[in-house]
Amino acid sequence: MNEETVIFSHELPATPWNPEKQDIEDAKIQVAMIGFCGCWGCHLSFLDMDEELLGLLEKVTITRSSFTDLKRIPHHCTIGFIEGGIANDENIEVLEHYRENCDILISVGACAVWGGTPAMRNVVPLEECFREAYIDSPTAVPGAKKTIPYHNDIPKITTKVMPCHEVVKMDYFIPGCPPDGQAIFKVLNDLVNGSEVDLPADVNRYD
Amino acid sequence: MIVKITIDGQAINAREGDTIVDVAAQNGVYIPTLCYTKGKPCLGTCRTCSVNVDGRVMAACTIPVREGMEIDVNGAEITDMRKALVELLFSEGNHNCPSCEKSGRCELQATGYEVDMMVSRFPYRFTPRVVDHASKTIWLERDRCIFCQRCVEFVRDKETDQKIFSIKGRGTQASIEIDVDLANKMSANQVCEASDLCPVGCIIDKTQGFDVPIGKRKFEVKTIRERALEGTHR
Repeated sequence: MNEETVIFSHELPATPWNPEKQDIEDAKIQVAMIGFCGCWGCHLSFLDMDEELLGLLEKVTITRSSFTDLKRIPHHCTIGFIEGGIANDENIEVLEHYRENCDILISVGACAVWGGTPAMRNVVPLEECFREAYIDSPTAVPGAKKTIPYHNDIPKITTKVMPCHEVVKMDYFIPGCPPDGQAIFKVLNDLVNGSEVDLPADVNRYD
Repeated sequence: MIVKITIDGQAINAREGDTIVDVAAQNGVYIPTLCYTKGKPCLGTCRTCSVNVDGRVMAACTIPVREGMEIDVNGAEITDMRKALVELLFSEGNHNCPSCEKSGRCELQATGYEVDMMVSRFPYRFTPRVVDHASKTIWLERDRCIFCQRCVEFVRDKETDQKIFSIKGRGTQASIEIDVDLANKMSANQVCEASDLCPVGCIIDKTQGFDVPIGKRKFEVKTIRERALEGTHR
């Protein structure tokens, strides 16, 4: 495709918000969210805050996230909610973009904190992983040409799945697979109210 | 004989010869432990119970109290040192709690919560290790072994008193081994005891899976801290 004809979704015309509503949202604490190599379970756990979410959304507004379907961080944010480990070069680029555009980054869930389930491939050489997935896969289409996908437009897989803090500085960690909605609420609520972030032993979970 | 010691500045009368970890628990001070098993000879392998005794760092499960001892358990520096020890264990093995049968009844996991570990400050190593499933009744999940040596010392063949588990190699080459012939002679009860004795999910009873619902598992019903302060430790 000719480069000049490429149009990104965030460049498409969109209906602007009601300006009064926009002013209210702009005055709140800005939170951007992203899921890297994870299962979006931590995002679901975020919704699991149930009615606590209503109180929280009085004080924060969610900018870029899969909930809002915004594909870009629109302006500098206070909090970045990071789910998932780092498994390809696009993850690295986007995580660095989050670091540059958020004051505070939180690793949410086992994958972001230490690699989690995707990191189970760390004990197997990458070539063997590709071989299992694309060449010797039991679910490969019979008769199809066996190929390991490789193209400039496809993100390159990293040799190992890395925790987020091995790529950029992360400020807070919420372990769990996924963390309980209450654990996410505790940390966000502490941050929003300016109190010291603390995840007590009875809320902290690794599974 | 009664001796006078202080723990975190609090004056305490203790029976001479009792270990620091027991005296502390009797007086409401929790010291995290992993290899320590009350009523069994101390192993002193994990060092998770490190405290400062008269200015020196010592494993509280190995040291009997003496007259005049000044013990620092909850000072900032020693607390962080214990946390670092637990973090090291999480970095060294592959501790995937979400997929572990022992989750919720794992002493390492429960201790992680008590020392406020969110993440390890050390790089996660992801060392490949082979699971040994040769025994009829036991999975040996080497990823999870913390080399506490509880199984090595306390699980023995009932007839010959021979060791069933052993550690082969040293340092990064060390691995936990199982004598398959002796293991196959173990009764169902003994397998269950060995699996319970393991503070992590390394010795897994093949007949036992995820059988307790989340929220009702051992350390969710009563935390490891509460158990330690009651004097059971496990």
